[in-house]
Amino acid sequence: MADLNKLTIAEARNALRKGDVTSIELTEACLTQIEGAGALNAFVHDTSDLAREQAAAADARVKAGDAPDLCGIPLGIKDLFCTKGVPSQAASGILEGFRPEYESTVTQNLFDAGAVMLGKLNMDEFAMGSSNETSVYGNVVNPWKVDARELTPGGSSGGSAAAVAADLCLGATGTDTGGSIRQPAAFTGITGIKPTYGRCSRWGIVAFASSLDQAGPMARTVRDCAIMLEAMCGHDPKDSTSADLPVPDFEAMLSGDIKGKVIGIPREYRMDGMPQEIETLWADGTAMLKDAGAEIRDISLPHTKYALPAYYVIAPAEASSNLARYDGVRYGHRSHLEQGDGITEMYEKTRAEGFGDEVKRRVMVGTYVLSAGFYDAYYNRARKVRTLIKRDFEQVFDAGVDAILTPATPSSAFGLGEMANADPVQMYLNDVFTVTVNLAGLPSISVPAGLDKQGLPLGLQLIGRPWEEGDLLNTAYALEQAAGFVAKPEKWW
Amino acid sequence: MSIDKDTAAKVAKLARIRIEDDALPGLAQEFNDILGFIEQLNEVDVEGIEPMTSVTPMRLKRREDVVTEGGMTDRVLSNAPDAREGFFAVPKVVE
Repeated sequence: MADLNKLTIAEARNALRKGDVTSIELTEACLTQIEGAGALNAFVHDTSDLAREQAAAADARVKAGDAPDLCGIPLGIKDLFCTKGVPSQAASGILEGFRPEYESTVTQNLFDAGAVMLGKLNMDEFAMGSSNETSVYGNVVNPWKVDARELTPGGSSGGSAAAVAADLCLGATGTDTGGSIRQPAAFTGITGIKPTYGRCSRWGIVAFASSLDQAGPMARTVRDCAIMLEAMCGHDPKDSTSADLPVPDFEAMLSGDIKGKVIGIPREYRMDGMPQEIETLWADGTAMLKDAGAEIRDISLPHTKYALPAYYVIAPAEASSNLARYDGVRYGHRSHLEQGDGITEMYEKTRAEGFGDEVKRRVMVGTYVLSAGFYDAYYNRARKVRTLIKRDFEQVFDAGVDAILTPATPSSAFGLGEMANADPVQMYLNDVFTVTVNLAGLPSISVPAGLDKQGLPLGLQLIGRPWEEGDLLNTAYALEQAAGFVAKPEKWW
Repeated sequence: MSIDKDTAAKVAKLARIRIEDDALPGLAQEFNDILGFIEQLNEVDVEGIEPMTSVTPMRLKRREDVVTEGGMTDRVLSNAPDAREGFFAVPKVVE
């Protein structure tokens, strides 16, 4: 079989089971592509030896007839996941040299299902960023290109998105705190789902904002996301917010039949200055779902406008607390100390050297909004607004809406470095359509739906009811079939 | 509410991040940009609204208060920048 690295997960699974291909062959095909894709800077830690071991074990399992869906499937793993004995740095200098003594629950679940880890993927430092320009490993480059410029793959799961779009792996793990799966998926023409808060265990995933963080799959099709998601989720006693609910067979729920489903179109997502192309894409997507038999309903989510400012209180506040652990004592970087330096100097120098600018900025903003005298005015107010944002969604779902359709991003991928002189808030606006979902803890998926006039991919976002990822995936499947997005980036790397 | 250089220095100190003096004015400006954006929240009527504590209604599980895993000092210390005799080592704290 030619171009094994280009197979979907479903195709590879079926070929493995039929004996048409081995995991070793799939894995070698991906490793060869990774080797030739240094220019994308997507893979940052090589685990090819482990991958070959896992592939051989998977082949034995397939032969023995004991092969779960992901058995033998080569994947990339975001650097935010702690992987035993393998560098896990969250793309930060402060975790330089850190090799966890344990395996994150999500990666363990994937390995138990027989998945193969090709390597660790680049990302924004501590998942803080929307362009993958804050990584200690350097920028990730989007495989999509329309002129001489290098474009961002989005962030924070930019390495995952670039690797999947460039066919370096069949799927990848991502994490999403404010849009970090869906925005890069949209920028690279792939599919990514953030499940309901609590579906995937957060244990062993480097924490950014614990009440918002969720892991999810990034892959080339809705079906592949369904297959990966099922393997990733499940109850975990080691994460107290992990939901003790059965995990359905998501793939079995993909019928493509959405007759009678009610799709909400929220008027507040029609932003001032929104490019015409995004408007058109959204209208086209709405028409596709209508043609597939869904009922389209205009809805209102009145607090949408306040989601981004609420997020930029809550996420930094939680980050300032979570990142307090990087103190140069237990793991990672410790600054060189001068004669007479005490423990405070050790903390301050270590953190100044180890954290990048965006991380420092957010930790300090979080420190400020939590500090005495400002806690009520900022942090408590933001948490009250969060209650209202969630209530907006609850009211819409109570009124019978099954899913909500919005654009995934306010634009297509922009050039690396183009936002360098903008103030931080300009970059934060990338997450304007995605961040509401994290605040409300809902499942949401980005599906590639078209190209803009430059020829760059654009995505649509579907938001579902809590715990109903199966239904959401099915609606996404119907949209995927109707949109028929098949464009791929032309190989230049 | 505007943040000046001294406030920026105080926040940096609280966050235990060393910031050189010449970087403080720029940092204060960035804080002001971000906080100016956050000020929008003051437009929202939050009277009588409870601050969110849990995004999904769930009761935290209870378990016996016992050691579940332990006795692995070497593994706990394996990533420490400085570990001695079974302990993390830091600069002298008490004079």
